[in-house]
Amino acid sequence: MDKGAKTVTGKDRYKSGVMEYRKMGYWEPDYEPKDTDIIAMFRISPQDGVDPIEAAAAVAGESSTATWTVVWTDRLTASEKYRAKAYRVDPVPNSDDQYFAYIAYDLDLFEPGSIANLTASIIGNVFGFKPLKALRLEDMRFPVAYVKTFDGPATGIVVERERLDKFGRPLLGATVKPKLGLSGRNYGRVVYEALKGGLDFTKDDENINSQPFMHWRDRFLYCMEAVNKAEAATGELKGTYLNVTAGTMEEMYKRAEFAKELGSCIIMIDLVIGYTAIQSMSKWARDNDMILHLHRAGHGTYTRQKTHGISFRVIAKWMRLAGVDHLHGGTVVGKLEGDPAMTRGWYDYMREEYNPTNYENGVFFDQDWASLNKVMPVASGGIHAGQMHQLIQHLGEDVVLQFGGGTIGHPDGIEAGAVANRVALECMIQARNEGRDYVNEGPEILNAAAKWCSPLKAALSTWKDVTFNYESTDTSDFAPTATPSN
Amino acid sequence: MAMPNPAKRVTQGQFSFLPDLTDEQILAQIKYALKNDWAVNVEYTDDPHPRNTYWEMFGLPMFDLKDPAGILMEINECRKTFPDMYIRVTAFDNTHGWEAPRMSYIVNRPSSEPGFRLHRQNREGRNIGYSIDSYAADKPEGERP
Repeated sequence: MDKGAKTVTGKDRYKSGVMEYRKMGYWEPDYEPKDTDIIAMFRISPQDGVDPIEAAAAVAGESSTATWTVVWTDRLTASEKYRAKAYRVDPVPNSDDQYFAYIAYDLDLFEPGSIANLTASIIGNVFGFKPLKALRLEDMRFPVAYVKTFDGPATGIVVERERLDKFGRPLLGATVKPKLGLSGRNYGRVVYEALKGGLDFTKDDENINSQPFMHWRDRFLYCMEAVNKAEAATGELKGTYLNVTAGTMEEMYKRAEFAKELGSCIIMIDLVIGYTAIQSMSKWARDNDMILHLHRAGHGTYTRQKTHGISFRVIAKWMRLAGVDHLHGGTVVGKLEGDPAMTRGWYDYMREEYNPTNYENGVFFDQDWASLNKVMPVASGGIHAGQMHQLIQHLGEDVVLQFGGGTIGHPDGIEAGAVANRVALECMIQARNEGRDYVNEGPEILNAAAKWCSPLKAALSTWKDVTFNYESTDTSDFAPTATPSN
Repeated sequence: MAMPNPAKRVTQGQFSFLPDLTDEQILAQIKYALKNDWAVNVEYTDDPHPRNTYWEMFGLPMFDLKDPAGILMEINECRKTFPDMYIRVTAFDNTHGWEAPRMSYIVNRPSSEPGFRLHRQNREGRNIGYSIDSYAADKPEGERP
């Protein structure tokens, strides 16, 4: 690694032709990032023979002002301010061809309140850059001045809890299954049974929009019958995430308006609608007292592999700025990818007011959220009542635990499945609050409750051996981690 | 017929699906609130409508009472005064970023829980307007026990 390259200055800097990025002002090892800078940290894998410093400078250049050759028009601008500056390059621990590159961007490079603008700069061009084999955006630091240009979550954890009158325990949900094929009337049956049985929420799946087997209006109408009937049956507020994802913004607004007209407390969108659409729906949700649930559909295409793409923790930060209230963040113990330490990192990004640097959890910067509302993480995918102690241990109290198969697949029916989950949750929270060692005594606590709750007993015996113990691919570089066993 | 949910009662609060909490169990929950520096409050109502946010306060939140047994005495005093009402215990967190309840659980219920009537109003197209009434609040307040 050649850290010594000096920036060329004066007349020589603007001689026509090609010049190494690190000599053009994109590598400034003495630069101290300003409090108002946006900082990005990339994992770079340079092509063989490419110096990592030059690779880092190239990323800085291509994600800010540079092009492949010197241009004289730079001299019409305050170009030193606008150049992104790579200021630190570290070898990745236990790797011989990967480097962590820290790049600082001046605040003036970005339009206020626009994730689209931010991402067009930071991930717009550089990921296909030839001198790199692979590139991954690991983390970003946003200055308070930038954070304050976003409204953030429309509702936030605190107001969601107040609005729903639910405190002191995780919320419970279930995704309606089968994902596809149910008629509106049959679909609403699942919603009613699950909510009446004790869940707080049910959820449309990511690909339930408006298909031949069920028009979206039918779904909304039957679901709201189920929600209202369940509220009357329990005296408790209930909700169902009505997925308004559609082909155009106009259609999404139309569906959202209908959900509001029917009195739904929550609507849902998919990550695949894009950052601008997400921000638009957040504004709409804020104007209409609506909780906004985001399903992270598609993220695995670019978050999972360690060497290329974007870490989910960066997506979590963008989505808190963009203003969603719910965001899927993984379960640790369920069927989908999720290393415990990494998961903890992005759960903290969603829920805390301030994140101190913590390399072990993949948190590379201190992040001040400047009182932006908190996002409620959602844990969904292959979890069941028998894991309740582990779920609370890993995910805490401010989370929606979603047992889809783990409710609907219960041998005694959907209502019994909901009861099992609710009883498991309440007895575990009670034990935790009483100061018991609920993590180690978890199975014992569940078995004790199963003595008087037969649905829980049936759930525990049905799924007792179900675990998903596979190696995580997205793990920390700074400490050994392991996927917990059941 | 009882309320049609599996618990056969109003399921608001953290622990409605568990057997009624004993005094000892309530004491343990109070200790948890105090450990977190939350202020415990006791509230009661005869109308458990899910959107009835403001139950009557049985005194102010006990900001300065740090003795769990003393707080339990207040809860029991409320139970003695209103044996046939819903009584809930709430714990308030005044730290920045929360400034909201952090716990809420029911510690007393009326002997009978009549539940709720669901009203449906036909609207344009197939839309239905819904509202819920508490059967317990059917009579004017002056005529309720």
